[in-house]
Amino acid sequence: MDYLLTDEQKMVKELAHKIAEEKIRPVAAKHDISEEYPWEVIKVIAEAGLFGLFIPEEYGGMCVNVMNLCLATEELSRACGGIAVCYAASALGTFPIVLFGNDEQKKKYLPDLASGKKVAAFGITEPEAGSDASAIKTTAKKVGDHYILNGLKHFITNGGDAETYVVIAMTDKTRGARGASAFIVEKGTPGFTFGKKEDKFGIRASSTRELIFTDCKIPAANLLAKEGMGFIVTMRTFDMSRPGVAAQALGIAQGALELAVKYAKERQQFGKSISSFQGIQWMLADMATEIEAARGLVYSTARMVDAGIKDVAKESAMAKMYASDVAMKVTVDALQIFGGYGYMKDYPIEKYVRDAKITQIYEGTNQIQRSIIALALIREMAK
Amino acid sequence: MNIIVCIKQVPETTEVRINPETNTLIREGVKSIINPFDVYAIEEGVRLKERFGGKVTIVTMGPPQADAALREAISLGADEGILVCDRAFAGSDTWATSYTLSGAIKKIGAFDLIICGKQASDGDTAQVGPGISTHLNIPQVTYVKKVEDASEKSMRVERLMEEGYEIIETPLPALLTVVKEINEPRLPSLKGMMKAKSAKIIIWGQKDLDLDVQNIGLCGSPTQVVKIFTPPQRSGGQMLSGEIPEIVEKLVSAIKDELH
Repeated sequence: MDYLLTDEQKMVKELAHKIAEEKIRPVAAKHDISEEYPWEVIKVIAEAGLFGLFIPEEYGGMCVNVMNLCLATEELSRACGGIAVCYAASALGTFPIVLFGNDEQKKKYLPDLASGKKVAAFGITEPEAGSDASAIKTTAKKVGDHYILNGLKHFITNGGDAETYVVIAMTDKTRGARGASAFIVEKGTPGFTFGKKEDKFGIRASSTRELIFTDCKIPAANLLAKEGMGFIVTMRTFDMSRPGVAAQALGIAQGALELAVKYAKERQQFGKSISSFQGIQWMLADMATEIEAARGLVYSTARMVDAGIKDVAKESAMAKMYASDVAMKVTVDALQIFGGYGYMKDYPIEKYVRDAKITQIYEGTNQIQRSIIALALIREMAK
Repeated sequence: MNIIVCIKQVPETTEVRINPETNTLIREGVKSIINPFDVYAIEEGVRLKERFGGKVTIVTMGPPQADAALREAISLGADEGILVCDRAFAGSDTWATSYTLSGAIKKIGAFDLIICGKQASDGDTAQVGPGISTHLNIPQVTYVKKVEDASEKSMRVERLMEEGYEIIETPLPALLTVVKEINEPRLPSLKGMMKAKSAKIIIWGQKDLDLDVQNIGLCGSPTQVVKIFTPPQRSGGQMLSGEIPEIVEKLVSAIKDELH
């Protein structure tokens, strides 16, 4: 299908594709087993300039373009969703600074993130605050020229390996959702430690850790925007990054489909290749069509965000929900096509199933996404 | 450091097919790439520029489509590309090619270093690099696997031999041909790809260069390709089996029979 990409978009896709095939695919299985953070791939992605896709030029990036980011994330995810999310999660941790940072904060943090010298992470989730993000308990108390952070974040992607963290903490509990604020916290700040690295089912190349704040003192200058803006920062950030998660799911699905088609052509049973059996053909047709439908949603949403359209919550939720559900279905079907071999870790397809699952959960569970869509529909009807 | 890198656009040879009737390469549908060894040359040129400052100019002699190879080189960090292109250059062998390229290099003007890949994957002669240095009367070091150090006037390199390597110091300007051991080529960068897309490629034809017409093109080529063919498959041979002393006896007597 021709997605009518611009020349620049085609370059992004081509470059990310090259990186995926030459640098990621050969090491994906190794990182899945060892769970070692893929710094060598991050370096290649950085040198190619892909970290610049979510950072303005004046701070060392290239542009802030969600469509480009989605194209890059999708291509990288075709080879490994785990390695791709290390890149995408850095975008998630960087967007708050890009969108809400003042000039000093941008000058201080963005250049290293653009060059890939450092990666970022976003910390909102807590043990008691997942879907119910407003239930966060981490506090930030203003004392003189500083804020003191206390609390615990968990399931933070890039946790421990990132240098730059954007953390959402309550500055005024009495104001409920309007009482949260966003802060930039640097790794190594006294009082900021990490919990154990989670042993995950999938996306094992990425690191997922707890962030522990014990009387962690940060300069007041690290507050993003104003006190009380925490959830606005979060929502606006997710608007930019959600299409990226959808793109990751899309890439995983696409990668699985390609492996399944290739295998079906090679595998011989009953004297012919299994790709000549209607049952397999129909499965592949359904998989491919669902991926294209998901792609349509993801690209449209990304283009809307780049066009500056403010209200993209419904579409963004649709893209993420559908692409991740498709990824789960397609990867499971792809494994089925591989038959018994698909069940063996020697073959690459089972990893795609494991990597796909998280896309239905993080960045807002698909149940939350459905609620967002429904509420938006009802609101629209009420007008 | 003013660096010139000579490259060649070649067919992607993993899929090369020969037309059985005409015995020529089937080029349709075959992707064109930068000659693999030249990619290492480009990378080394860019690295030297990053290390010592300066500029990397890519030169290629080829048909108009070789423009793509120059742009790819720019996306890999080179500064500009020159396409030496003219019908008059068609059919050149390595003598005419190296002569023509040296004419283009003379037109570029002052330079410190020329880097070439060891050999082209389609011709496999490894002659053009040395040919250029001879036409330009500058020293050459072939099979370079590492540039140890350089100054304004000289360069020290490691030259790969079959067993080990030599360390050679050469005055500049000089020409190097490089082997794959020299570096790991980078991937293009987005900024590089954009620069490549909008780059203005300089094109020089016969009239732009000061060339003796006797030395260019098909007529200026002492070697002529008469025929390209797939060698016939070697047939059977005779398998000898048994214990080694037995086989040796059978072999000796077979050879004796052949001689008679």
